[in-house]
Amino acid sequence: MATARAEPSVIRNAASGVAKSAGKQHRQSTGDPAFKWMTILCAAIIAVIMAGISEELVRNSHLSIKQFGFRFFVSPKWNPVTQEFGAASSVFGTAVSTAIAVLLAVPLSLAIALLLVELAHPVVSRFVGGAIELLAAIPSIIYGMWGLFVFAPFMAKHVQPALANTLGLLPLFQGPPMGIGMLTAGIILALMILPFVSAVTRDVLHMVPAVLRESGYGLGATTWEVTRKVSFRYGMSGIVGAVFLGLARALGETMAVTFVIGNDHTMSASLFGAGNTIASTLANEFSEASEPMYLSALFELGLALFAITVLFQIVAQLWLRRLGRTMGTR
Amino acid sequence: MRSRSLVRRRLVDLAVKAVSGMSAMVGLLFLAWILYEVILRGIGGFNRAFFTKLPTPPGMPGGGLANAILGTAVMTALATVMGVPIGLFAGVYLAEFGQRGRVATTVRMMSDILMGTPSIIIGVFVYTLLVVPTKRFSGFAGAAALAVIMLPVVARTTEDMLNLVPNALREAALALGAPRWHATLRVIFRAARTGLLTGTLLAIARVSGETAPLLFTALNSPYWPQSLRHPMPNLTVTIFNYAMSPYPDWKRMAWVASLVITVGVLFLAVFARLILERRRPR
Repeated sequence: MATARAEPSVIRNAASGVAKSAGKQHRQSTGDPAFKWMTILCAAIIAVIMAGISEELVRNSHLSIKQFGFRFFVSPKWNPVTQEFGAASSVFGTAVSTAIAVLLAVPLSLAIALLLVELAHPVVSRFVGGAIELLAAIPSIIYGMWGLFVFAPFMAKHVQPALANTLGLLPLFQGPPMGIGMLTAGIILALMILPFVSAVTRDVLHMVPAVLRESGYGLGATTWEVTRKVSFRYGMSGIVGAVFLGLARALGETMAVTFVIGNDHTMSASLFGAGNTIASTLANEFSEASEPMYLSALFELGLALFAITVLFQIVAQLWLRRLGRTMGTR
Repeated sequence: MRSRSLVRRRLVDLAVKAVSGMSAMVGLLFLAWILYEVILRGIGGFNRAFFTKLPTPPGMPGGGLANAILGTAVMTALATVMGVPIGLFAGVYLAEFGQRGRVATTVRMMSDILMGTPSIIIGVFVYTLLVVPTKRFSGFAGAAALAVIMLPVVARTTEDMLNLVPNALREAALALGAPRWHATLRVIFRAARTGLLTGTLLAIARVSGETAPLLFTALNSPYWPQSLRHPMPNLTVTIFNYAMSPYPDWKRMAWVASLVITVGVLFLAVFARLILERRRPR
């Protein structure tokens, strides 16, 4: 609104400035195309990097793809000595730890988002929301340190024995309580994706038109009934998008998982067992790999991880974008 | 239509509210637990030597991680110098030139995907690009990997912040005869500067705690940073190496380094949010 309040003299000065510069217009217009191309160039760098990542990963995993073919993803053998590489245990570990994380984080995130949007006083909501967001700011390696030296011993001493005593008949909760392993990794991953899922869910719940919720309340529905039958139903596709985003994050999380998963190329039916994920294998073995085949197999692991996360990102993004359009925002 | 007693509905409602409150408590509890342990275990070694001395071999008391602190600072600064301007310009393209067009939509999608790409993949990518051809791990490669991570973050926040600038301001600048670059850099950037600063600070906060992309690019080193063409000491990879070592001394050192990183990153993140909040119209 500054222009509306501008003094006439300012306008006159500005106008004379325009008049003066009209004479050297060619000099002004030479700046603009250059500026535009500069921004295009910078935007193109992003596309080039994406293309470069795919190209480099494919090129470097060529050797392994040719040698092992599809067997790479079904064979559980990972033996650098005999040069036999199969990704099954890494894929399994990635899938299981991500599944645990999503199963734990999604209900918690929905409940937190509900609290932030519907229940809590705005001041409380701001404080709690800010604190939850801080969970996202803590670096992965700090989760790893805390996970290995604090949380894993806690799991071994209290949580795992309790689980074994109550649900020990299930093969999921058998075996020695070592602290480290799939379950611990999954719980830490859940903590790490919690802020992302709850932030997106919170935004989705905010998008629900007030009039819809109010008509629910007007009919005498309780908060939970309005949430379940109006807000969640209205925002369902947004919540699904949030889950996908969380999933994609958990898949590629590296350091925290590397600290606590045990880094063992095995597939254990028990959640107490050690395992590995694609990302943790890369973190542990990439700088040690000297033979071309070993390195190539690691590149193929990376390629698989990249392909999966890209896929999930695209699905999540298209999903959320469609949602944005139907809800009329953005 | 099923009818249910009001008492039962109220009870369910109350239960959900309780669960909801408890969930938030769980989140807060874990945050407090992590911060508590990091402070408790790190504060003991938080002294002058830590910030001024080189690391010692295991078993020898004293020593610090001054080299790693310096290395992390140098790489983060270099990554900022490389990543932020490119990100800003890419954001300008998305908000001012590309807008809803097909090219901009593609770039926007790609930068969102790049933002969600695991940082270890970016480390592998930079390894093939900068470490393999030169046959040596280098601080420059580490900074480049961090810059790649910053780039999409800065680009997307820049776009969002520029979109918040009212169109009237843009039109006013152009109507006064300002060229597009002048209108963008001098008028629109000025209007959006708090948002741009926040985006940049958040990007810096994010990369200064990164470990995975440095594992195969900057590596680590127990000496002072020599040049950008040599392996560069840094705090996060040092934490990883020390934590995995069998020496209690080194593990203690890893906790001190964790405290320094946590305090630094959280300070940046909170500071960035605060300046944005303060500028919000009330």
